[in-house]
Amino acid sequence: MAIPVEMPKMSDTMEEGVLVSWLVEEGASVSAGDVIAQVETDKATMDLEVYDDGVLLKKVIQEGEAVPIGGLIAVLGEEGEDISEVLAKYGGGDGSAAPEPETKAEAVEAEAGQAPSGDGAAEEAAVAAGPEEGARIKASPLARKMAREHGIDLRTVRGSGPEGRIIKRDIEALLAGAPVEVPEAAPKPAPAEAPAEAPAMPAAYDVERISQMRKTIARRLAQSKFTAPHFYLTVDVDMEKATAFREQLNELAEAQGRGKVSFNDLVTKACALALRQHPYVNASYLEAEGEIRLHREIHVAVAVAIDEGLITPVIRHADRKGLGQIAEETRRLAEKARNRELQPEEYTGSTFTTSNLGMFGIDEFTAIINPPNACILAIGAIRDVPVVRDGEVVPGRRMRLTLSCDHRIVDGAVGARFLTTVRQYLEEPLNLLL
Amino acid sequence: MHSDMAELQFREAIRAAMVEEMERDENIFLMGEEVAQYNGAYKVSEGMLDRFGPKRVIDTPISENGFAGLGIGAALNGLRPIIEFMTFNFSFVAFDQLINNAAKIRYMSGGQFKLPIVFRGPNGAAGQLGATHSTSTESIYATIPGLKVVAPSNPDDAKGLLKSAIRDDDPVIFLESEVMYGLRGEVSDEPDYLIPLGKARIAREGEDVTIVAHSKSYWIALRVADRLAEEGYSAEVIDPRTLRPLDIDTIVASIKKTNRCVIIDESNPYASISSEIAYQIQDRAFDYLDAPIRRITAKDVPAPYAKNLMEYYMPQEDDAYEACKQVMYAG
Repeated sequence: MAIPVEMPKMSDTMEEGVLVSWLVEEGASVSAGDVIAQVETDKATMDLEVYDDGVLLKKVIQEGEAVPIGGLIAVLGEEGEDISEVLAKYGGGDGSAAPEPETKAEAVEAEAGQAPSGDGAAEEAAVAAGPEEGARIKASPLARKMAREHGIDLRTVRGSGPEGRIIKRDIEALLAGAPVEVPEAAPKPAPAEAPAEAPAMPAAYDVERISQMRKTIARRLAQSKFTAPHFYLTVDVDMEKATAFREQLNELAEAQGRGKVSFNDLVTKACALALRQHPYVNASYLEAEGEIRLHREIHVAVAVAIDEGLITPVIRHADRKGLGQIAEETRRLAEKARNRELQPEEYTGSTFTTSNLGMFGIDEFTAIINPPNACILAIGAIRDVPVVRDGEVVPGRRMRLTLSCDHRIVDGAVGARFLTTVRQYLEEPLNLLL
Repeated sequence: MHSDMAELQFREAIRAAMVEEMERDENIFLMGEEVAQYNGAYKVSEGMLDRFGPKRVIDTPISENGFAGLGIGAALNGLRPIIEFMTFNFSFVAFDQLINNAAKIRYMSGGQFKLPIVFRGPNGAAGQLGATHSTSTESIYATIPGLKVVAPSNPDDAKGLLKSAIRDDDPVIFLESEVMYGLRGEVSDEPDYLIPLGKARIAREGEDVTIVAHSKSYWIALRVADRLAEEGYSAEVIDPRTLRPLDIDTIVASIKKTNRCVIIDESNPYASISSEIAYQIQDRAFDYLDAPIRRITAKDVPAPYAKNLMEYYMPQEDDAYEACKQVMYAG
């Protein structure tokens, strides 16, 4: 008689367990009370004991896989016994007993791989896979038909019916561009008392539907800000040498008929080089997977404001690219972003992000981390300021950089060291060429 | 408006239909308990014995199975009987005649026999008469292929529909409600005033919700529609009149306009005419529904005797009103 070994409920809040390591090989004999594996719950890593004697006929799940409570982990029995019935009972054979956690992991990965903003396709993927958004949309048959006819995506509609059911009036309101009436609102006025046409009141506000892009930005930024504990480090960078350096570069560029290098490009390059030295800044904290990823490649995203919102084109391998190349690529991607022509691979997969509001005269600000990055660098305007040098007040050129760090992975000293490296590059910009 | 109208009670309208048809066709006769000498338990056939004589207005013993079978035999032989049940609850005694014979003879004879017979009488609950006198039988008979089921809500319809039922060559179950026998209304005097079977009546036009209700439930529907109108909602009220064949086209057309439906039906709810109507609506107009169809029926128990329980048992106006508000998402 084959005996299934199921995932036990090891804590009150446990929903699934991850098999961390197998301690027994297939084919080995085990006795009741033997520990055959280690299982990680939401709280701790615990021993998995068997309650029967027998041979470990099959390890149904592999190390690192998650199984919900009651899911099949292994099968015990007698040597050579047919276990297909047990496997079938738990929904299939070879390791497929845990399809749910797998898809869940994929979903998280898909989520993690996304830029803070995306187009419809990216949003669709998130909606399809996301644990919350994946829920069935409740809509009356009529509302579905109307949405179909008018090309309305029901996911963009807020339902005013019971349990959020989308109903006719929600679609009508959307088509009319008006806010949806609340169900508890006063009933329609009786025709006897009020003439059909009440005097129109001027609306106190204009209504704009939340775009998919804005929705994605909102969701991702809220997720970032609420789950990643942010802290901020600011440095004032002396930009005198960088200014002179850039002037020289651009004279050369002009002579060669190439595009100019911006201060932003200098910062991008400085960050990329600094990231090489500070792997914990070029990292991702992936709670669901229970892992920290230290990225081997350096992909710096540059936040670009477009009419619809924000998008972050990525300069891939920025540490290996020359300033001219970075300048050219940034310009090209920003242009594509403004034309909404960016392909998903051009705005996903960053390992670090910069955001620049210097052109608006903003001296200093803090940015919200672009998940799953560990940090984002906010770049302020370059100011001519009086500085004290050798006891004298002299003119200086300064720029403030503020690094937002996810404290789950980047500690204060790590962030400070990284920022120091960035400053050093900008204050001795020739190093950017080495 | 018809050219000639007289104000008649529901019972008088039924009598007028029978009298007019019996004068027109001598093959028609009326048979049942107390229909002749006593003038009918509810005085529906008052004066008919004097008018047509004992061969055409026939008193029977208490023997539903017998006289229903007798009527079926007569119909097979070319007569056109009208069989009155003192209450349709007693028709259950004649179930075999109605279901195995009346409903199936045309089919089983390959169309060689037709069966022009009307089974009529009071249906449903009326005051405190106990469970065995209070069944609304329309849902039961409407499930039987081969039977037509008619349940008018007012004197005019009663007359026009009964005349059509008598002229129909198939067995018709014609359901009256004893609490409506005294109901007065304008009734057409036209000699051949026929309302076709299988044609619903749009009793009241509206935009916001369709209420389907037959027989006395129709009057609940009208009161609900009035209450809704006071709040600015317009309910369309449809009286199907014939439950089999059902005029689903008219109902569906209305649903396509209002997108919402409430059915009021005095029968017990399970596998009933209201469930059938709800099914057919979703089958035909699913994409036009903005809310689940609601129905208000008798409670799913035998009718109680106690007055307060009896009242509770019947479909409630307040429930129907609330159901309309719900399907309109009107709070």
